[in-house]
Amino acid sequence: MASITIRGVKKNYAKTQVVHGVDLDFASGEFVVILGPSGCGKSTLLRMIAGLEEISDGTIAIDGTVVNKLEPRERGCAMVFQNYALYPHMSVAQNIGYSLKVAGVPSAERAQRIQAVARVLELEHLLDRKPMALSGGQRQRVAMGRAMIREPKVFLFDEPLSNLDAKLRVQMRSEIRKLHRRLSATSVFVTHDQVEAMTLADRLVVMNGGRVEQVGTPAEVYSRPASRFVATFVGAPSMNMLEGTVTLDGLSLLGDSRKLNVSRTGLPVGSKVAVGIRPEAVRMVAPGTPGALAATVDLIEELGAGRVIYVDLDGVPFSIVTSETVHPEPGSTVGLQFAESDLHFFSSETGGRLDVFKASVPEPAPATL
Amino acid sequence: MEKRVTFGRWTIGILFAVPQLFLIFTFFYWPAGQAVYWSLTLQQPWGGGNIWVGLDNFRSILSNADYWNSITASMIFAGISTGLAMLIALVLAALTDRQLAGSWLYRVVLIWPYGIAAPALALAFRFILAPEAGFMAVVNRVWPGFWDPGLDGADAMASIIIAFSWKYVGYNFIFFLAAFQAIPRSLIEAAAMDGSGVIRRFLDIQFPLITPTIFFLLVINITESFQDSFGIVDIMTAGGPANATNLMVYKIYSDGFKGLDYSGAAAQSIILMLLIIALTIVQFRFIERRVHYR
Repeated sequence: MASITIRGVKKNYAKTQVVHGVDLDFASGEFVVILGPSGCGKSTLLRMIAGLEEISDGTIAIDGTVVNKLEPRERGCAMVFQNYALYPHMSVAQNIGYSLKVAGVPSAERAQRIQAVARVLELEHLLDRKPMALSGGQRQRVAMGRAMIREPKVFLFDEPLSNLDAKLRVQMRSEIRKLHRRLSATSVFVTHDQVEAMTLADRLVVMNGGRVEQVGTPAEVYSRPASRFVATFVGAPSMNMLEGTVTLDGLSLLGDSRKLNVSRTGLPVGSKVAVGIRPEAVRMVAPGTPGALAATVDLIEELGAGRVIYVDLDGVPFSIVTSETVHPEPGSTVGLQFAESDLHFFSSETGGRLDVFKASVPEPAPATL
Repeated sequence: MEKRVTFGRWTIGILFAVPQLFLIFTFFYWPAGQAVYWSLTLQQPWGGGNIWVGLDNFRSILSNADYWNSITASMIFAGISTGLAMLIALVLAALTDRQLAGSWLYRVVLIWPYGIAAPALALAFRFILAPEAGFMAVVNRVWPGFWDPGLDGADAMASIIIAFSWKYVGYNFIFFLAAFQAIPRSLIEAAAMDGSGVIRRFLDIQFPLITPTIFFLLVINITESFQDSFGIVDIMTAGGPANATNLMVYKIYSDGFKGLDYSGAAAQSIILMLLIIALTIVQFRFIERRVHYR
């Protein structure tokens, strides 16, 4: 168990900078997920913690010891790679036990520990096989076993589930979670899959363009996204965004074509904002209902338990998630309603979250047009 | 629906194959057959008739001490030059693999020695390793009599081994480098995370994974050291001194074309062929088992 402290960490490749000064603190035993689109620097950050990439600037400390200049093996981290990186010429047992062999652990003890790990991961009957003779899920478990057997202070996961099929991914996700509960080693898990991130994380780090956008629990990140990027990246389908301008009595949306009456936002009149509404927070009502936005239905995606309805709001795509059994015809008009408290405001210039409605309204009045 | 070219009559297919078959026959089977025939007869040096002698040619060669000396020399040459060429190439490739800035340049430059004709390369080495001038002259000045391939058989053998190895280092390097590069980076990183240092990683991960390449190069190098050594021997030592570098392939040439003993040379070439076949079979039977194919 170990805490990780990251201070002002930067990464340059020749002239391009890919990580622009990251500060993070991971508590001991925490399961942290770093979430971001590909190329956001999340894997690079993980590899810098592991010692596989040099740290261009700043410091990374594990348990208070700065590890910048330490070799990977001296850092006490174990890593699970995206493509598993199993040694193809070694059996499952040899793969799992390799680190012990390198460390000079006597073979009797080694065999015993391999057995113990194999039992936890249900690999006992596969110990003599070569990786080539294993399925994707089994390979994944061998890769986990190889990391586990060292009883590392820190577990690092580099998109370990992205090569699995959807069903296996869900299964391995819960296995990783269970494993963490059992070993309670500090874990850092990198992924671009937000469902994976939301379900696994004690704490979520959202990265974009080499910077940290937000750090918080999955619930916090979902309900109070710190930036426009986080708002649209976390949540599926992603948050609806409407461009607007603050007016005296509320907001004008979509190039002044629609007006939204909201309580005083406290924002200067005339400032440009982006207004976000989660698809789950939108209610569909009969067209012409007072205070509802009229929109044209484009497409319906049936999900079984619910459905996603894509509508067109003056040329801006907008989505609604509903569990009601409504089936509006494509091309028909529907009314949209949402509570004022479900609106998220972001600055059009910086993309940062704007805190409005400071004096919270006791009962959110329906936002009307 | 399957689209396949079919011939209405089998004769058309045969006709298409004829030019290729003709070439193979003319340049491979006919000469080989001729060699077998000559090895079983006594050919007259200036042509005009022969006598069937059965296996007498083989008996006389195999009872000749000079010939056994030639086999020993060939074995020593093959063993040391293959080992040297492969070891140097392996080390160079392993070092190059670690940091690859400008690797395209190495690849191009290092394949050149293989492209140089053996006699040209031998001539260059004859000058480089000359005892009376250049680098070796300096060594000889410090230790008089240390180096003289013209007098000392071991020195002569060393010279042709150096020249041959130099040619094949480049060839082997290209294959080794390609093999190293085919190993996924993440495997090396995983081994590093497992606590394995550079040397250990090389021995435990990289080396086992390039065994198919090592095996391939072993077969090629040994085969070529029996055959491709001719030009180097001819220019550098001409088999001397005192037959110290009279390798099998060179002895075939000198007995056949200088000694005009066609039948003896033909029998020697049959033995050389059988030896190479036998070595290759041994390699496939016993070494290939230890090769890890991914």
